[in-house]
Amino acid sequence: MKNKIVKILAACSLLLPLATPALAAGASVALDHSPSNVRDVESLQRGAQLFANYCLSCHGASAMRYNRLQDLGLSEEQIRTNLMFASEKVGEPMRVAMQAKDGKVWFGATPPDLSLIARSRGADWLYTYLRSFYRDPSRPTGWNNTVFDKVGMPHVLWQLQGDLELKVLDGKVEAKGPVVRSWETVEHVNGKEKVSTHQLVLTRAGELTRLTDGKANTFDYDNKVADLTNYIVWMGEPAQVTRERIGYGVLLFLIFLLVPMAYLLKKEYWRDIH
Amino acid sequence: MSKLQALAGNVMNWVDDRFPATKMYKEHLSEYYAPKNFNFWYFFGSLALLVLVIQIVTGIFLTMNYKPDGNLIPGTNVSVAFMSVEYIMRDVAGGWLIRYMHSTGASMFFVVVYLHMFRGLIYGSYKQPRELIWIFGMLIFLCLMAEAFLGYLLPWGQMSFWGAQVIVNLFASIPVIGPDLSVWIRGDFVVSDATLNRFFALHVIAVPLVLLALVVAHIVALHEVGSNNPDGVEIKKNKDPKTGIPLDGIPFHPYYTVKDILGVAVFLVAFSYVVFFAPEMGGFFLEYPNFDPADPLKTPAHIAPVWYFTPFYAILRAIPSFLGTQVWGVIGMGAAVVIIAFLPWLDRSPVKSIRYRGRNFKIALVLFIISFICLGILGAKPATNLRTILSQVFSVIYFGFFLFMPLYTKNDVGTTPVPARTTDTNTQRQIGFAVYALLAVLGAFVFGKLV
Repeated sequence: MKNKIVKILAACSLLLPLATPALAAGASVALDHSPSNVRDVESLQRGAQLFANYCLSCHGASAMRYNRLQDLGLSEEQIRTNLMFASEKVGEPMRVAMQAKDGKVWFGATPPDLSLIARSRGADWLYTYLRSFYRDPSRPTGWNNTVFDKVGMPHVLWQLQGDLELKVLDGKVEAKGPVVRSWETVEHVNGKEKVSTHQLVLTRAGELTRLTDGKANTFDYDNKVADLTNYIVWMGEPAQVTRERIGYGVLLFLIFLLVPMAYLLKKEYWRDIH
Repeated sequence: MSKLQALAGNVMNWVDDRFPATKMYKEHLSEYYAPKNFNFWYFFGSLALLVLVIQIVTGIFLTMNYKPDGNLIPGTNVSVAFMSVEYIMRDVAGGWLIRYMHSTGASMFFVVVYLHMFRGLIYGSYKQPRELIWIFGMLIFLCLMAEAFLGYLLPWGQMSFWGAQVIVNLFASIPVIGPDLSVWIRGDFVVSDATLNRFFALHVIAVPLVLLALVVAHIVALHEVGSNNPDGVEIKKNKDPKTGIPLDGIPFHPYYTVKDILGVAVFLVAFSYVVFFAPEMGGFFLEYPNFDPADPLKTPAHIAPVWYFTPFYAILRAIPSFLGTQVWGVIGMGAAVVIIAFLPWLDRSPVKSIRYRGRNFKIALVLFIISFICLGILGAKPATNLRTILSQVFSVIYFGFFLFMPLYTKNDVGTTPVPARTTDTNTQRQIGFAVYALLAVLGAFVFGKLV
């Protein structure tokens, strides 16, 4: 019996390597891993500041009340003076003054409400998206994005990041110079594989990026975007830290108290059956 | 006897003269004799009851704060219904817990019910004299599917909206009456506020009422004939000549009540893990696109049903349209559910339990499990040529399992005699179970990666 099990398991493990390439083939755009951590309150505060300064003018977060920012260790006074620019009350949600139908006319699509955007797009998508705008003169705003092609949104953070350009080169090309990100795509033309290399190149430094010795340094900008992403993830479910904290208590109670007690009770009653 | 006990006795007598309280307590608990050899599989009936209670109680509290209003909040692109769910998640005290218990409960309901049905399948619990229990069970399953589908529209997210659109459009494929029927169901030409309102009404009162009545019928029918067991032995055939109590039977209370409490405790560990640490369950319990508010003008690239509908959805997609209509897929999907109800009459084996069944049934069962799990995986993914062909193959196996059952269960090779009395489980069976469970999980994982 034991031998049989070992053989079956060995047979299964042989199948596993087959599984991995199939997984890799499906992805369209590789996303960078977001270093977000919703327990890092300072990062969340910095993110909230960026969000209020750069996002809230066009996007609303209508499920998010300003005073919920007290969860991030801010006082109502701090919220009112630093993060609220219109005449709203601190108990109101982060609404946007722009009407949805105006946004549609101005950007081609209404800027989505961002309350839950992290829960539908995911942190990695946001982190990559906010670092992937590049100059594209063919677009009405002059900007395009490698994660969201033909996006209606201009690069709001361009003063911080500077200008990026997208270069598409034939064949496999090693990244040289101020390349921020590089990836390859494979097309099938007349039955032949055509490999092209896409490179996002920093052409002009912003306030948080540097061009030194022909190399791009985006460390500060990436950190800033990580803070912003972190905040948007937290805002998607402000109760998430509380939820996990309570969860540990519940699981400890169940595993160390209820389950053993139920087991002993059952054993005691069933003594006369077995 | 103290005065207090005497008083309690008098009160009970007073009640019993007017309502059969003690009689019912005895019939269904203290003197309901259940076989003593129930194993792991017999937890899922009581767990289904627990989840039903969780759904009703959390549902009541959700109803206090939810607003079935599909109209947009002025100046925004977000509906009142969608925002009221977020209001529950953020502003209602403990609202996130209630909502996650309800959303996790929906999926866990199907987990325990599928395992409960599988138990019936392997131990032949649907066979004579328990056919009606099985029929009531299937009606409960139908109600549950309706309940889940109706409830999924309420958050009014992208998947809510487009999932409902796809399913209601299925009715439109019925010849002649289809288009009018789908308008009648929706109450509008598209899924709209009118649809949301009626789905809310059906979800919170109409279907739950039927569901509760059917659960009562299910249990009353069960207690009339008595429970089956892993050996498929009728314990009522061996009664103590003096007391008339089945020799292999033990009173449900206290033996199975304390055992079910243990099952509940273990179940709650898994349930709480999901609620507190993985409420989205990797996009399977709460689909990520459903956090985008419903937008009737933006069709998602891939509309996937929630995991518990995927096997039937895969069958729907596997059947091509011919003779100028797509109704065949709809019929196939419906038949896939309905055919399960006919098991008591399709199974011709003289033996109930898989322990004493022959080779044919075991092979057929393994093929059926593989096809059901693989259909579930295929139904969750966007269709490709390969996946469609695989879905067709597995659909044929799925229906083959039922349609050829009368042939392969009659005179099955290697059927062994059933013992007169119940037997206890042993290490070999337990190891075998662990191996099969592991193989099923590993196989599903590998298949999911490969296709």
